[in-house]
Amino acid sequence: MRDAVRRWISHAITGLCVAAVLLALVPLGFVLFYVVQQGISSLNVGFFTHMPAPVGESGGGMANAIVGSLMVTGLGALFAIPIGVMGGIYAAEYAGTRLASAVRFSADTLNGVPSIVIGVFVYGVAVLPFRHFSAFAGGLALGIMMIPLIMRTTEELLLLVPSTLREGALALGATRGRAVFTVVVPAALPGIITGILLALARIAGETAPLLFTALNNRFWSTNPTQPISTLTVQIFTYAVAPYEDWHRQAWAGALVLVSIVLLCSLLARVATARMEKLQRGS
Amino acid sequence: MAARGAKSGRIDETIFRVGTGAFGVLLIVIVIAIGIELLRQSQLSIKQFGWHFWLTDTWDPVAGEFGARPFIWGTLYSSVLALLLSTPIALGIAIYISELSPDWLRRPLMFLTELLAAVPSIVYGLWGIFVLVPLVRQFEVNTPEWLRGVPLFTGPPLGVGMLSAALILAVMVIPFTSSIAREVLRAVPQAQREAAYALGATRWEAIRMALFYARTGIIGAVMLGFGRALGETMAVTMLIGNNPQITWSLYAPQYTMAAVIANEFTEATNDLYLNALVEIGLVLFAITLVINVISRTLIWSMNRPARPKTARTAVVREAA
Repeated sequence: MRDAVRRWISHAITGLCVAAVLLALVPLGFVLFYVVQQGISSLNVGFFTHMPAPVGESGGGMANAIVGSLMVTGLGALFAIPIGVMGGIYAAEYAGTRLASAVRFSADTLNGVPSIVIGVFVYGVAVLPFRHFSAFAGGLALGIMMIPLIMRTTEELLLLVPSTLREGALALGATRGRAVFTVVVPAALPGIITGILLALARIAGETAPLLFTALNNRFWSTNPTQPISTLTVQIFTYAVAPYEDWHRQAWAGALVLVSIVLLCSLLARVATARMEKLQRGS
Repeated sequence: MAARGAKSGRIDETIFRVGTGAFGVLLIVIVIAIGIELLRQSQLSIKQFGWHFWLTDTWDPVAGEFGARPFIWGTLYSSVLALLLSTPIALGIAIYISELSPDWLRRPLMFLTELLAAVPSIVYGLWGIFVLVPLVRQFEVNTPEWLRGVPLFTGPPLGVGMLSAALILAVMVIPFTSSIAREVLRAVPQAQREAAYALGATRWEAIRMALFYARTGIIGAVMLGFGRALGETMAVTMLIGNNPQITWSLYAPQYTMAAVIANEFTEATNDLYLNALVEIGLVLFAITLVINVISRTLIWSMNRPARPKTARTAVVREAA
C-alpha cells in the first residue's frame, strides 16, 4: 500500500517535470510565432534599402539602423576578440596561478554586470569626455559585454585540446608561446570561432547599453565618432511610440533581429557538432 | 649553445606569459574601473543626499527631489516574483533533461531552452507590449470575485504593471537557472543514484537524493537567475508602467532601478539628476556583484570534487 503511494508520487513528479518543459516552450513558441507572423506582413525590400519615414508617412525602412548595428557590433568585436582570446589563453595556460583565478573570477563577474550599468560606465569614460554620443562608445559597451563570453569559451576549449599535442611541440624544441600559437590554438580554432559567433549573437540583440552611448540617428551615418542608429534602439523607439506604422516597422525589425540571432546560434551549433564528431573520430 | 637556447627559451616564455597575462589583467582593470567610475560620477548625489537618497519616496527631478526607495522596491519585488514563478519550472526542466529524458530528446530540449535565452530582451519587450499586456489586461478586468479582496489583485486594470513585468522576467530567467541547475545535477556522481535505487528507491526518491546532493549548486543557480532578473532592463522598462510607487498591488504600474536609468538618463538636464541616476546604477552594480559572487562560489564548490585532482596538480606543475 505504501509502495503504491510512493510509486504514484514518483509518477506525479515525473509528470510535473514534463509539464514544466511544456510550460516553458509555450512562451517560446508564442513569441516566435508572433514575431514571424507580424514581421513577415511588414517586411519588404524597402525595409532594407530605405531610410526611416517621418511620422505620418507610411513605408520607409531601417537601412541606416541595419548598417549601424553591423558597425557597432563589428567595433565591439574588434575590441573584444583580442582581449578575450589572449586572456583566455592566459587563463588556460597558467590555469593554476592566482592571477588566472582572478581573471576567471573577473570574467564571471563582468558577465553578471547588468548591461545598463555597462552603458552608464561607458557614458562616463567615452561619451562625457568627448561631449557627444558616438558609434565608438556603443562599440565599446558591446565589446565589454563580449569579452567575458569569448574569454571563457577560449579557455575551456584550449583545455580540451589533448595535452599530447602540446607536449609533442615542446619535445620538438618549440617554446611555450610557439607551441600554443602554432599547435594548441589552431586545434581549438573552430571552437573559438564558434564561441565568438555565439557572443556576437548575444550582443547583436543588446539595447540597454546603446541607449546613451551610440544613441540614435535619423540620418545615414557611418562615421564612428557620431551617434548612430541601431536596429535594437530603433525597435525600442518604434515600439513605445503611438503610431501604427511604426509598430509594423518594429515587428519587421524584430524579425530581422531574431533571424540574425537564430542563424548565428544555429551555425555555432552545427560547428560544435562537427567538432565533437572530429574529436570522437581521432 | 644549448645554454643559450635555454636562456632565449626562458625569455620567450616570459614574453608569452606577460603578453597574454596583460590582457587578463586588462579584464580585471575593467571590472574595477566600472566600480570606480560609477562612484566618481555619483559623488554629487552621494554628498548631497547621503542615505536619505535610499530612504525617501519622492522622485521629482524638476523640484530637485531624489528619493530612490520606490526603485529598490520595484526591482526587488519584480525579481522575487519572477523567481517564485520561474524556479519550479526551471528546476522541472533541469530534472527532466538531466534525469528523465530519453537520450534522443536531450539535445533538442537543451537547444530549445537555449533559444529561450537567445531571444533578445527587446523582442520580449515588443511581444510583451502587443501580446502579453492585452492578455494581462483581460485577466485584470475579469478578476474573479474571490480574488478581489486580496490586496495583490487590486487597482485599475491597465495591463502594464508589475504582473506583466514579472511574467516576462520569469520567462527570461528560466533558461539561465535551468541550464546551470542541469550542469550541477550532471556533476552528481552516478553512484549516488544507484545507491538510492539499490535501497529500493523509486525514481523520484533517487532524484531527490541527487537534488539533495546538489543543493548548494542549485541554490547558486537560483541566485544567478535572481541576479539576471535584477539587472534586466528593456523588457521590464517596456512593461512595468514606469511609475515610482511602493505598493503590493500586482496591477499597479511600478518602476525598477534599471528602467529609470534607461528612461531618464538622456533626459537628465542637470548634473545632480545625472549623478542620482548613476548612483542608482552604482547600487545596482554592487547588488548584482554580491549576488553573483555568492552564487558563483556556491556553484564552484559543487563542481570542484568532480575535477580529478591529478590533472590539476599536473597543470600547476607545468605552469611552475
